[in-house]
Amino acid sequence: MTENSERRVISVIVVNEASVLSRITDLFSGRGYNITSLTVAPIPDSKYSRLTIATSGSVRVIEQITKQLHKLIPVLRVYEHADLVEKEMAMVKFPITENLSDINTLCEAYNGKIVNVGENVIIAMVADEPKRVENFLKVIKRYNPKEIVRSGAVALER
Amino acid sequence: MQISGAQMVIEALTLEGVDTVFGYPGGAIMNVYDEIYKQDKFQHILNRHEQAAVHAAEGYAKASGKVGVAMITSGPGFTNAVTGLADAYMDSIPLVVISGQVPMSLIGTDAFQEIDAVGISRSCTKHNYLVTDAKDLPRILKEAFYIASSGRPGPVHVDIPKDVTAQIAEFDYSQPVKLETYKPHTKGNPRQIKKAIEAMADSKRPLFYLGGGIINANAAYEVRELVHKTGIPAVETFMARGVLAHDDEHLIGMLGMHGSYAANMAMSETDLVIALGARFDDRVTGKLSEFAKNAAVIHVDIDPASISKLVNADFPIVGDVKNVVNEMLEISSKIDVSKFESWRETINNFDDLHPLTYHEDSEKLKPQWVIERVGELLGDDANISTDVGQHQMWTAQFYPFSRPRQFISSGGLGTMGFGFPAALGVKAAAPQQTSVNFTGDGSILMNCQELMTAVEKKLPVINIILNNNYLGMVRQWQTLFYDKRHSETDLSVQPDFVKLSEAFGGIGYRVSTKEEFDAALKDAVEKDVVAFIEVIVHRLENVMPMVPSGGSLFNMMLLEKKEK
Ligand SMILES: Cc1cc2nc3c(=O)[nH]c(=O)nc-3n(C[C@H](O)[C@H](O)[C@H](O)COP(=O)(O)OP(=O)(O)OC[C@H]3O[C@@H](n4cnc5c(N)ncnc54)[C@H](O)[C@@H]3O)c2cc1C
Ligand SMILES: Cc1ncc(C[n+]2csc(CCOP(=O)(O)OP(=O)(O)O)c2C)c(N)n1
Ligand SMILES: [Mg+2]
Repeated sequence: MTENSERRVISVIVVNEASVLSRITDLFSGRGYNITSLTVAPIPDSKYSRLTIATSGSVRVIEQITKQLHKLIPVLRVYEHADLVEKEMAMVKFPITENLSDINTLCEAYNGKIVNVGENVIIAMVADEPKRVENFLKVIKRYNPKEIVRSGAVALER
Repeated sequence: MQISGAQMVIEALTLEGVDTVFGYPGGAIMNVYDEIYKQDKFQHILNRHEQAAVHAAEGYAKASGKVGVAMITSGPGFTNAVTGLADAYMDSIPLVVISGQVPMSLIGTDAFQEIDAVGISRSCTKHNYLVTDAKDLPRILKEAFYIASSGRPGPVHVDIPKDVTAQIAEFDYSQPVKLETYKPHTKGNPRQIKKAIEAMADSKRPLFYLGGGIINANAAYEVRELVHKTGIPAVETFMARGVLAHDDEHLIGMLGMHGSYAANMAMSETDLVIALGARFDDRVTGKLSEFAKNAAVIHVDIDPASISKLVNADFPIVGDVKNVVNEMLEISSKIDVSKFESWRETINNFDDLHPLTYHEDSEKLKPQWVIERVGELLGDDANISTDVGQHQMWTAQFYPFSRPRQFISSGGLGTMGFGFPAALGVKAAAPQQTSVNFTGDGSILMNCQELMTAVEKKLPVINIILNNNYLGMVRQWQTLFYDKRHSETDLSVQPDFVKLSEAFGGIGYRVSTKEEFDAALKDAVEKDVVAFIEVIVHRLENVMPMVPSGGSLFNMMLLEKKEK
């Protein structure tokens, strides 16, 4: 993106109704904003859902994103997080022939463990800050990961 | 009351005070049309194309200040209407557009005339709905009217499957709209308003930058009062023509790409921009980094997303411009009116240097003369719409507008084909006034089928076709920036416009002198039937002055000076 593009996490509280997600993603694609990751889930005991969107842009772009999001009729609130706790989950499939205890130790360092063991593969998961998850994924490259899935970030203001 | 979805539509429109609906029937909306047949609460105007129906609803909304309503069928009916939705979205026009959809059970099966209508309209409406149960219909229609007309106005699209229009459910329209997630901010922050007034009092060269939001807010007369009380000069956007009367001594003129030299120089030299309901469009600002470079900015807008979108606001005020201006009026006596005398003199000197004018140097009529002449003959009484192109810019430059809602034109989308159907809507809303559409030989063909609507519904719109045998605006750019390669803009091959109008039962005139024009206009006004007045004008006239695309406002291409 343009000058001084910065990563930002935005939470959006929306009415839980048909097509609300496409309203949000259309806004991003229509106005040329990018989405690094997006997670959605209903907020318990309410008619609202919470979206966590990781995006990037200059200060002006981020300000426009929050204003444009707010303009959508089913959007209740938009938080552009300054001080937040942010977590992301990742799951990785390894061949069972790799060094399992090394993998387990690594996972533990990133709040995770081996969650499934099959005949040919094991599945490990970690849950940590997105940057650290990134790091984890770099480190485990040498164990020949067969498949990697990331959840996208969720965040709460401190 | 237990009624069908189709009956609910009629009831809701009636309760909303709708007196005119523009539309075109088809399979998926037939249940509603059946109820239209049975009722006498509002008139239905059958346009001859769905795009025209939506433009007519826009014209109606603009002229009346009410919500415009259009009704169309699914599939091609809807896709034809999309240009109208997009146009209304860009120009913030309140509309409710109701479309039929295939029955719920067929949605997603590629059924006959099925198209994902809400998927398409999402990005060109303020909001949209797919109704899945008739019991939701009263709430949805009520919300649609509320959303369309409140805050920053805009089009709302309601898509109703055919089986929902047949379904019987309870109709109760008395519930107030309850939208927890939509609460437009209408009252400006008093502290910010006070600071803004102080900034005006302190500035040496302040300038009002008046925008279309003032017309939306019905605030033109309050703004006139503020301008007069403060003595601060003003420029208008294209969308704000008529906010100040053309002969107001404080009005410098229109700014922007085809604005006047004085207006653009004033914007370049000001130390305080006071933007009221204007959105810093690229046609207005030219090169952003050079726009009002040394000025602080007060920005009043009801849409927070308009503020600091393109130009940073030092005094952002979110609110309805009418409320804000009223508050400003209460404390405006702090401003010393005499203080801006020398600033006004500077601006007057700019105007003397390069006034907005044209040369009568050709055998052929000059298009600008025609527009000025209509102004002299009809002036205040006429409502003016336009199509898109050179004729549109000349109308904005040379017509003597004297009141808000007098000028209706497609600014944001620039939709050729807008003018004639919009003028029909204007005429339906204000039948006592003459409705004139300035159009081009290119644009008029994009909705000329509306001659039939005009004849049938006795909507005697006068279309003045400024015929230059060119897609003139594009030709102008080719002349100036593409080394005169006039690629595909020559319209030498043309219909007989007089016969075209006559074929539908309208009247037609072809004129090429001043006398002929006067006689034709006089006759058309008296005849009270839709008219085409084709005026043969000088082919190669350019709209001047001009800020080349991406250039700075102070670097204008100017009209060549001629010795008198
Ligand atoms: C060929 C061509 C050339 C053009 N050249 C020019 C040109 O030279 N100069 C020019 O000015 N334009 C020109 N235009 C038009 C231009 O594209 C824009 O449509 C126009 O400049 C926008 O005007 P505006 O800023 O007044 O905004 P509008 O589109 O009228 O927007 C209104 C603003 O007011 C706000 N608002 C709405 N209601 C309220 C309320 N109740 N209270 C407060 N705020 C409110 C809205 O949020 C919005 O920000 C041209 C168009 C075409 C097709
Ligand atoms: C639907 C649409 N298509 C294309 C354009 C691009 N365009 C802008 S002005 C113009 C020429 C209009 O010609 P005419 O109606 O004769 O008006 P003139 O400029 O000659 O006065 C064109 C093609 C447009 N604005 N709208
Ligand atoms: Mg032309």
